[in-house]
Amino acid sequence: MIKVAIRNLSLYYDNFQALKEINLDVVSNEILGVIGPANSGKSSLLRAINRLYEIDYARITGRILLDNEDIFDLTINDLRRRVGLIFATPVVLPGSIYKNMSYGPKLHSKFRKGELDEIVFNALRAANLWDEVKDRLYDSASRLSGGQQQRLCIARTLAMHPEVIMMDEPCSGLDPVSTAKIEATMLDLKENYTFIFVTNNTKQAARIATRTAFFLSGELIEIDSSEKVFTNPQDPRTDDYISGRFG
Amino acid sequence: MTLRIGPRTNQIIAYVILLLMTIVTIVVLFFIIGFVFKNGLGQLSLEFLTDKTREMGREGGIFPSIVGTFFVTIFAIVIATPLGVGSAVYLVEYTRGGVIRRIISFGADCLAGVPSIIFGLFGFIFFVIQLNLGWSIVSGGLTLAVMILPTIIRTSEEAIKAVPHTYREISYSLGGGKLDTILKVVLPTSLPGILTGIILGIGRAVGETAAVIFTAGSSLGIPTSLFSSTRTLAVHFYILAREGISMPKAYGTATVLIIIILIVNFVAYRLMHRFIARYY
Repeated sequence: MIKVAIRNLSLYYDNFQALKEINLDVVSNEILGVIGPANSGKSSLLRAINRLYEIDYARITGRILLDNEDIFDLTINDLRRRVGLIFATPVVLPGSIYKNMSYGPKLHSKFRKGELDEIVFNALRAANLWDEVKDRLYDSASRLSGGQQQRLCIARTLAMHPEVIMMDEPCSGLDPVSTAKIEATMLDLKENYTFIFVTNNTKQAARIATRTAFFLSGELIEIDSSEKVFTNPQDPRTDDYISGRFG
Repeated sequence: MTLRIGPRTNQIIAYVILLLMTIVTIVVLFFIIGFVFKNGLGQLSLEFLTDKTREMGREGGIFPSIVGTFFVTIFAIVIATPLGVGSAVYLVEYTRGGVIRRIISFGADCLAGVPSIIFGLFGFIFFVIQLNLGWSIVSGGLTLAVMILPTIIRTSEEAIKAVPHTYREISYSLGGGKLDTILKVVLPTSLPGILTGIILGIGRAVGETAAVIFTAGSSLGIPTSLFSSTRTLAVHFYILAREGISMPKAYGTATVLIIIILIVNFVAYRLMHRFIARYY
């Protein structure tokens, strides 16, 4: 089943065209890896899907469908609840771990105390963070380590019960152990969510992505199962990139 | 042959010069405060603080001026804070850093540099005469509000601009609207900076003479309503000293003024630190 359908999508920052006529389907419960060098439009793609580009004063042409519904027919709050975005640098909001976790859910509905606790605790468990923070939920979130902060960001997104989780190089600043934990978390969660996963690390894409898309200068060059992309790419530019000849 | 100074000596010279500059600044500050306190602390007594002013200030206390100063300042802050913070939020969050923002910021900077006597004159003509508010706490408070507005706008603007852009992205990407983001993320994060602006505003308002003498008047009675004329501490001090009524009482008043400003600053910084400790 197609979860996100992207049709003729172009995105412009003032006069710079960051995405060029992209057509792409994201299938339910897959991990779609998105690779490509800097300025290839990977992040712009994510920011188009949850309409975060609007705060950068960018504009788009083309259509994006979520479960066959145009994202512009959804309210922006509903869209961003259903499509979570996790950034490259973990950014925790000022305040406690609990406050970070409850920020999203509280924006969308009112809860009795017990209900909110349950959402927060479950999301922390799903992000494999619960055991490490259960005794200090009310301590400042900024005291967590980098890897823990990134898992808190994942948990914070999970707390909103999204359908699609987009990640923009979520492991770029993390050590191998933290990276492995996040990858394990993603594979655990794949059953219930759809992932779009931007990474600079081609090996990482090969490890966990179901399919991989290669972007270059705002164009989608190739998309196929990861196995195919990494062993037998169709386009010579893809081959050059994954074998490290540029980028 | 040129005189060569080794890097180590260089460091020492720079250190000594900077240290001297700091010492001069601190000494001047403490000298002024010490001088006023030396002449004024002797005047302080419960009676001085709680008694009516008698014989133009030659006798009695300064209670009416304390009350007057309190209400004029509070009035000014209550008016200027929402206006100033609101403008700052608009400038940072709703304009794209374009021409409008630069014009308004430039205007605020100019306004901040206007001598306070000009505000006094404006307040007298506009609030006292034109709007027929008379010499009153309202007129004085409004004039001070206009005067401290640029300070509050500019400090709030800087504080709001300093909130990392990523905080806003996080809030939006969790489904927050613009207003949610401003109220729940941007303002709480920038609150210490905004409070600094308000404290600076309070300091300017409490110590202001020229802007209030024309607008709040110089009546010595205890104000009974917001439309009563009143004499603030700074004005009282000015009149006592300028007209040679009583130098000891003038120093006493100045001492009270300084103590009030110290207390305001102390309390505000304590509040701020507690806030920061809770949030970060």
